Amino acid sequence: MAHHTHTSGSRDLQMARSMCWHCQSEVSGEYFCDRCVKVQPVSKETDYFTCFGLPRRLTVDQSKLEAKFYELSRAFHPDFYQNKSEAEQTISLGNAATLNTAYRTLRDPIQRAEYLLDLEAGSVKEIRTSPPSDLFEEILELQDTLEAYRASESASEAGRTLRAQLVAEQAALEGRKHEMEQQLQRLFTGWDALQDRGDAAAQARAERDRLLKQMRDLLSNRTYVKNIVTDLVATIG
Amino acid sequence: MSRIVGIDLGTTNSLVAYMKDGKPCVVPGRSGRTMVPSVVAMTDNGLIVGDPAKDHLTRSPDRTVYSVKRFMGKGLADVQNELAYFPYALTEKGGVIRIQLGAKTYSPPQISAMILKELKQRVEAHLGESITKAVITVPAYFNDSQRQATKDAGLIAGLEVLRIVNEPTAASLAYGLQEKTQGTIAVYDFGGGTFDISLLKLKNGIFEVLATNGDTHLGGDDLDRRIADLFLDEIKTEHHLDLSAFPDHMQAVRLEAERAKVRLSDELRTQVTIDLPDGKGRYTRELTRDQLDASVMDIIERTLAPCRMALNDAGLTPADIDEVVLVGGSTRMPLVRQRVRELFGKQPHCDLNPDEVVALGAAVQADILSGGTTDLLLLDVTPLSLGIETMGGVMSSLIRRNTTIPASAKEMFTTYVDGQTGVDIHILQGERELAQDNRSLARFRLKMPPLPAGVPRIEVTFLIDANGILNVKASDMRTGQSQSVEVKPSYGLSDNEVERMIEDSFKFAQEDVTARKLIEARLDAGALLTTTEKSLSEGSRLITPDAIVAIRAAVAALTTTKDGTDPKAIRARMADLEQAAQPLSAAMINDSLKRSLQGKKVTEVT
Repeated sequence: MAHHTHTSGSRDLQMARSMCWHCQSEVSGEYFCDRCVKVQPVSKETDYFTCFGLPRRLTVDQSKLEAKFYELSRAFHPDFYQNKSEAEQTISLGNAATLNTAYRTLRDPIQRAEYLLDLEAGSVKEIRTSPPSDLFEEILELQDTLEAYRASESASEAGRTLRAQLVAEQAALEGRKHEMEQQLQRLFTGWDALQDRGDAAAQARAERDRLLKQMRDLLSNRTYVKNIVTDLVATIG
Repeated sequence: MSRIVGIDLGTTNSLVAYMKDGKPCVVPGRSGRTMVPSVVAMTDNGLIVGDPAKDHLTRSPDRTVYSVKRFMGKGLADVQNELAYFPYALTEKGGVIRIQLGAKTYSPPQISAMILKELKQRVEAHLGESITKAVITVPAYFNDSQRQATKDAGLIAGLEVLRIVNEPTAASLAYGLQEKTQGTIAVYDFGGGTFDISLLKLKNGIFEVLATNGDTHLGGDDLDRRIADLFLDEIKTEHHLDLSAFPDHMQAVRLEAERAKVRLSDELRTQVTIDLPDGKGRYTRELTRDQLDASVMDIIERTLAPCRMALNDAGLTPADIDEVVLVGGSTRMPLVRQRVRELFGKQPHCDLNPDEVVALGAAVQADILSGGTTDLLLLDVTPLSLGIETMGGVMSSLIRRNTTIPASAKEMFTTYVDGQTGVDIHILQGERELAQDNRSLARFRLKMPPLPAGVPRIEVTFLIDANGILNVKASDMRTGQSQSVEVKPSYGLSDNEVERMIEDSFKFAQEDVTARKLIEARLDAGALLTTTEKSLSEGSRLITPDAIVAIRAAVAALTTTKDGTDPKAIRARMADLEQAAQPLSAAMINDSLKRSLQGKKVTEVT
């Protein structure tokens, strides 16, 4: 970092992580300079697990996560920087926003898994445009029923029948989603166990890739089903 | 650090509070009342605010502004269907409503600033120090424009607004501080013009908002209107009289409707009396609580859907709620309490005065900001999703509703055509699919370096700060240069306009001071005349006929001057009267002393 010229631009603040933006001394503490006690910006390179001092696992101790979130909120929240310099206020605002995103991501098992997969193997956010193969027939039929329902008089006999069909379909899809989530949970446990073993053998690497692919497919299918259910609920109210 | 006060800028009433020995307290006015009616009247002698302005609601309805909060951050089209209810004239300029008062027009932030100034002067007089910093509360469901308008109002009033706090969360602070509550609470805040529901988790001094919902156009005003419409219909059928042609009587009906509603919170039936114009006599009827409940039931039902949505967003059921807290004057209605109790399955709390609790909470938040209170922290959320308009007029959500603030989202933009030098960005707030169905917040043009299509990479950061207000930054990822973004608000005053209004506000401050002095002098003169009359009737036998004549003359002089416009002259005539009445008061004191001493021994007196 020695070649780095120091200015007060926010981009430089982000990059000069290992050096205090204020007194230029080495920062070894977590988020505050040891020497001048000024708050330091959370580095862009710090992943959310590291930020919360948690291992990179898919099962998270929720109470630990919450306790750490509250502790860091007390450290970063702009409320406590009202009397500080403008630079510190800017850092506090940025850190608090990052912290909130990190907490929201890790708190939810699905978002947490998507985030971890992203860290391990690149983004999984690409949206599926075609239904999962085992649901293909069912979804096509559902689309037809939806069309018919939208075209029908809601008070008519036919409208009521279609509505009843859709309600049943909603329950079925929600059951399906729940199944997927349970399946995901088993994969999460498998993944965590593999990580805990810390095995670097070829067989473990193959296992790792298999789990990643399964989780990725399942997450994507689940999102697809979830969106269908949302549409369904919006239509039948 | 100078003192920060907490202000509840309400639709119907406003209050100011501060922290005294670790406890929040609201500041009373001269009359001892803590609430300042949110009413501003333009009189021949300048602008007046609060209780004295309220008298003008029926006297000069076209020049007396009330419920201005309903217009904050709004355009004329937003309030089209209720224009008929307001006796003052509304226009629009630059996407901002303007209120016509005499020859001039005022934006809602300017009118609100007059109320804020009144509160500022009140707390300054109370504490004997200058106040320049404040925390101001807003409905949790206020959008970005409405929050910005509130901040502008503060600036115009000469107040630095250090924080915009949501009303239900402020209320939870006041409650939490008092009762050291832990667990999940629901704050049901039904005020004069707005409704909010907030669900919070309280744990070890952290107040974490889990979800919020509401309706910024639903409050006691709507209940009053419903009752007023009932009266107006009956007046039309029974007396063949359309009162809409009589703005002063319309206001009288509205005020009587409000009073009847308030009385029916304690009584089961009440008598309504309204004087009719053109010598048509009086309209009277009895209104029962059952009749009231039946006519406003659907309005109260409208508060329940947001409650259910908030529960759903927080992933909670009513059984998960440990306590329900009631805030806002409208929660005094028994029907409201009953419906809330039925929804959550428990008796709601109303230990703190629902009119004052928001101001008290604002004072607590002010104390947190000034470093006085260090163990409490409020983690609030943004009530509405924030997004941008994408291809095909669809809204793409960047920050979901109920996200803890501060919150940020980054979005990368590039070009579609070679050499394209800019991209137009339209920022939206709301939950609907199509851009046109959501609230337009602002537009800006992102500058692009003239390069082949797809090469520029400009990253835009949308940051919602702890006030729930949006900040936009842009930077060129290729060069690392940050770019200034000039955001044009869709429904807000420009910076220049706010600047000018601040100047105006100082310019007119002098005229306002004169108007205030006149009102105060008149009030004091009235009080002096009353006491003098009382003394004369009781003690005229104690003084000479000449002295009585002198007092009568001074009374007559003051009575005439009081109706004039010169506060100095009124004060001078008051001094004259006090001097003329001097023998009378002295004689009365002597007389009462004499009588109290009668029958007592000399030794006891010395």
